[in-house]
Amino acid sequence: MLVSNLETAPGHRVVAHLGIAQGSTVRAKHVGRDFMSGLKNIVGGELKAYTELMQEAREQAVERMVAEARSMGANAVLNVRFVTTSITMGAAEILAYGSAVTIEPA
Amino acid sequence: MLDFFLQTANLWLLLALVSVGYVVGRSLEKRHYASLRVRERELLDVVALSTRYVPPGVAPSGATLVSGSVVVSSDYFKTFVAGFRNLFGGPMRGYETLLERARREALLRLKLRAREAGARLVIGVRFHTTRVAGSSTPSVEVMAFGTALFTPA
Repeated sequence: MLVSNLETAPGHRVVAHLGIAQGSTVRAKHVGRDFMSGLKNIVGGELKAYTELMQEAREQAVERMVAEARSMGANAVLNVRFVTTSITMGAAEILAYGSAVTIEPA
Repeated sequence: MLDFFLQTANLWLLLALVSVGYVVGRSLEKRHYASLRVRERELLDVVALSTRYVPPGVAPSGATLVSGSVVVSSDYFKTFVAGFRNLFGGPMRGYETLLERARREALLRLKLRAREAGARLVIGVRFHTTRVAGSSTPSVEVMAFGTALFTPA
């Protein structure tokens, strides 16, 4: 499965457009992690726990998008976009969407 | 004397947190900048472009999505100073450096991911910046993502 944020598939030719594939996940923070981050807020710097949390969430969103594309019969997702929205204190939705297409080597 | 300190405990606590934020935050920032410079030099062989098209002369055999992200938090001192800045307007130097560091770090991680995947060229690079809610000092996530191109050796 080729996933790209370009409109074209490098090295390939698009044969058919199948529609939009999307995947999303809503994640909440861990209380313990939140407490440690509270301490980190005094001196600033990277909040590693949150970096990992967001990265994992994004990977899952992409995974779900790819699964949807596969169920549509696609072998590539092009023009992928990400949207992150914080819903409440400590919870965020991460959405990945793109165009499901079938490609073949150019 | 002791009474005076007890009555104004909140003020002293704030001052202590602000000074800890200043001293530790500044040294952490200095160290981060030094580490950024070193790692950026190491990753000079990976090129990241924002163009959406494959550059002429490159014949990619495949592609994959790569991303790099970081969540950074401001410190008490920066937040305190920014509070005053809000009254008079003007540049918030402390937040400028915070976001610059975050963006350079995110791009570095993207390049690292690309190199791990075996690519030397990333095109269509975009940045996303999101406020992470729920903390006393502002924190933001910066994400860089793009398409890594594989070229036959």
